[in-house]
Amino acid sequence: MNSKTYPYLLIAPSILFLLAFFIYPFIEVFLQAFTTSDGELGLANFDTIFNDFNFLPSLSNTLILALVVVPTQLCMAVGMSLMISKMKKGRDTVLYIWTIPLGISDLAAGIVWLALLDQNGFLNSFLFSVGIIDGPESWLNYNNPVAIFAAIVFAEIWRATAILLVIIVSGIGLIPKEYYEAAEIFGANAWVRLWKVTLPLLRPSLQTALILRTLLAFEVFAVVMLLGGTNMPVLMGEAFNWAFEYRDAGAAAAYAVVILGLSIVFTLFYLKVLHVPKEAQV
Amino acid sequence: MIKKIILPILLGSSIASASEVVFYSTQANPLKEADAMRNDVLINFDGDVKFLPQEAGPFFSRIEAESRSNSVSLGVLGALHGQFPQIQGSLDSIDDVLASVPKIKANNTMSELGKLGASEQKYIPWMQATYIMAANKKALPYLPKGADVNALTYDELATWAANIKEATGKAKLGFPAGEKGLMHRFLQGYLYPSFTNSVVTDFRGDDAKAMWQWFRDLWQDVNPRSTAYNLMQEPLLTEEVWIAFDHTARLKDAFDQRPDDFIAFPAPSAKAGRGFMPVIAGLAIPKGTPDRAASAELIKYLSEPEVQIRTLRATGFYPIADVELPADLPANVRIAGKAIATQAGSPDALPSMLPVGLGDLSGKFSKTYKDTFQQIVLRNANIDKILDRQATVLKTIMVSANAPCWAPDKPSNGVCPVN
Repeated sequence: MNSKTYPYLLIAPSILFLLAFFIYPFIEVFLQAFTTSDGELGLANFDTIFNDFNFLPSLSNTLILALVVVPTQLCMAVGMSLMISKMKKGRDTVLYIWTIPLGISDLAAGIVWLALLDQNGFLNSFLFSVGIIDGPESWLNYNNPVAIFAAIVFAEIWRATAILLVIIVSGIGLIPKEYYEAAEIFGANAWVRLWKVTLPLLRPSLQTALILRTLLAFEVFAVVMLLGGTNMPVLMGEAFNWAFEYRDAGAAAAYAVVILGLSIVFTLFYLKVLHVPKEAQV
Repeated sequence: MIKKIILPILLGSSIASASEVVFYSTQANPLKEADAMRNDVLINFDGDVKFLPQEAGPFFSRIEAESRSNSVSLGVLGALHGQFPQIQGSLDSIDDVLASVPKIKANNTMSELGKLGASEQKYIPWMQATYIMAANKKALPYLPKGADVNALTYDELATWAANIKEATGKAKLGFPAGEKGLMHRFLQGYLYPSFTNSVVTDFRGDDAKAMWQWFRDLWQDVNPRSTAYNLMQEPLLTEEVWIAFDHTARLKDAFDQRPDDFIAFPAPSAKAGRGFMPVIAGLAIPKGTPDRAASAELIKYLSEPEVQIRTLRATGFYPIADVELPADLPANVRIAGKAIATQAGSPDALPSMLPVGLGDLSGKFSKTYKDTFQQIVLRNANIDKILDRQATVLKTIMVSANAPCWAPDKPSNGVCPVN
């Protein structure tokens, strides 16, 4: 076996997989988005979705959701990682417990949260049994968009903070102890060490974590569908509806392209803002 | 080329063995109904049959993919009248099968519908249902004075709901306006026909404007959780709502579980009449099916009077054949059956069909009504503006589908106009 071709052979299966199930569908979707129902190239599909009642609400809901959820999760994940990195014993156990939600599908997570927050859910029964409310209250209805939004934020934070956590924990592990020792010698307290040592050296991990989490936030779907239903449209939910309910694959593809566009813009933004020059890397 | 190879692999996860008829259906999809189909309805069929219920979206995708790749594995297709036009091109002509089921053929109106506007039979009517109203008996004392629940008007319904809210402090009227609810059928088959004697043509007429204003006012007394209701039997059983509108199959559990607590009654009427929408499910055979004779046998079997009654027990859908119903039927059939008959037989009855001739666009057609409802009733938008905007959308849909008018709209020359 030629040692030069060996690595290519090893990655060939995954390349083939990506070609068949990502690149090929991606090109198809892209073409579909820019093809009108008559088979000509054009922007008719975008016209359809931009003129739909649900486009602007779904765009703003998705963006606001990402803007609320991602920073909150980032702060929580950094805090949790710092705690873990200081632990002497039981570190792995805590990490395992915190990452349990990662193993649960988002649809299942949505069902769990719906069962908790629903009109006949556990939260209602609990509040009723301790005498705070007189009967089942329905919070998650269209008169109450804030409650629906809060429920979704809560469920998303519970479900997906661990994605950031695992990346940041490994990032913190990579920072050499010498930096902290040096900082201490110069009299830096814990707060200064966090801002001047940990966070700057964590930039590459933060970049990866933020890109990954923000892209996932733009694809939020199952949790919103269960908790918000038609009361809170999001981009991915609309793409699904256009594909399967309204049977317009072109419009669904246009939604997919919008999500892709957003993802690219935010990825470039993170790459620029959190850029680490090669010579400055740990 | 790649599409031809990949799609069948992705979709054809269950490939039938040679002698087995695959019965693919959008109906009887809930687990309990599917079980009953397998264990009670199909059990005596002379041959192997595999019952595969599926949601509408993937149902269409698989049929389209199989027919495009010329590797059909499905034997019999079960779907609603309004769903067949979307796959019309993949359906075999089955005049010979219709000839073998005289009891179904005797129901002329319905077997005529199975032609889907063409000259050859595309599906055999299988079973039928409709939408009715249901109420908890606790609501009856609040009926407005002099109102007959079996000949209710929409105004009386509004007063009734208001009375209940005033007395109990809670809005107890409910509609299935959730993601998977059938609210659009209420708008298309009940509200619009009853108020305007039209579904498409007078979409934004003065009667329609008055109707939307009325509905928006009514909504003050409607349970705000309605936008989360998919099957009304659930909120009826938890008593979140006392009065509800829904498909008979989606009220079934309430009647079965507590037959003494609930009544069923016809939909209300307004100035144009008592609009209601019959629902018909049919059986078809895809072109290029592996064993056409066996598929035809299965359809014949499902059309037998005794099997039609078993199907009724399993799914809550009523026979197409003129069948004597036995006395020991489940409670839901006894309760709903009477209301269905009263509704169809009322002097001001105004039947309107499921949207026909729209093909692929029926999803978008329903979206137009759902969006209008959402904007006007839930988001309080200006009625005139929304109706004008949606009328344009509706017009585009009718033109691209090239669909003529259907009842209760007057027959049109060519595309059904939106005034």
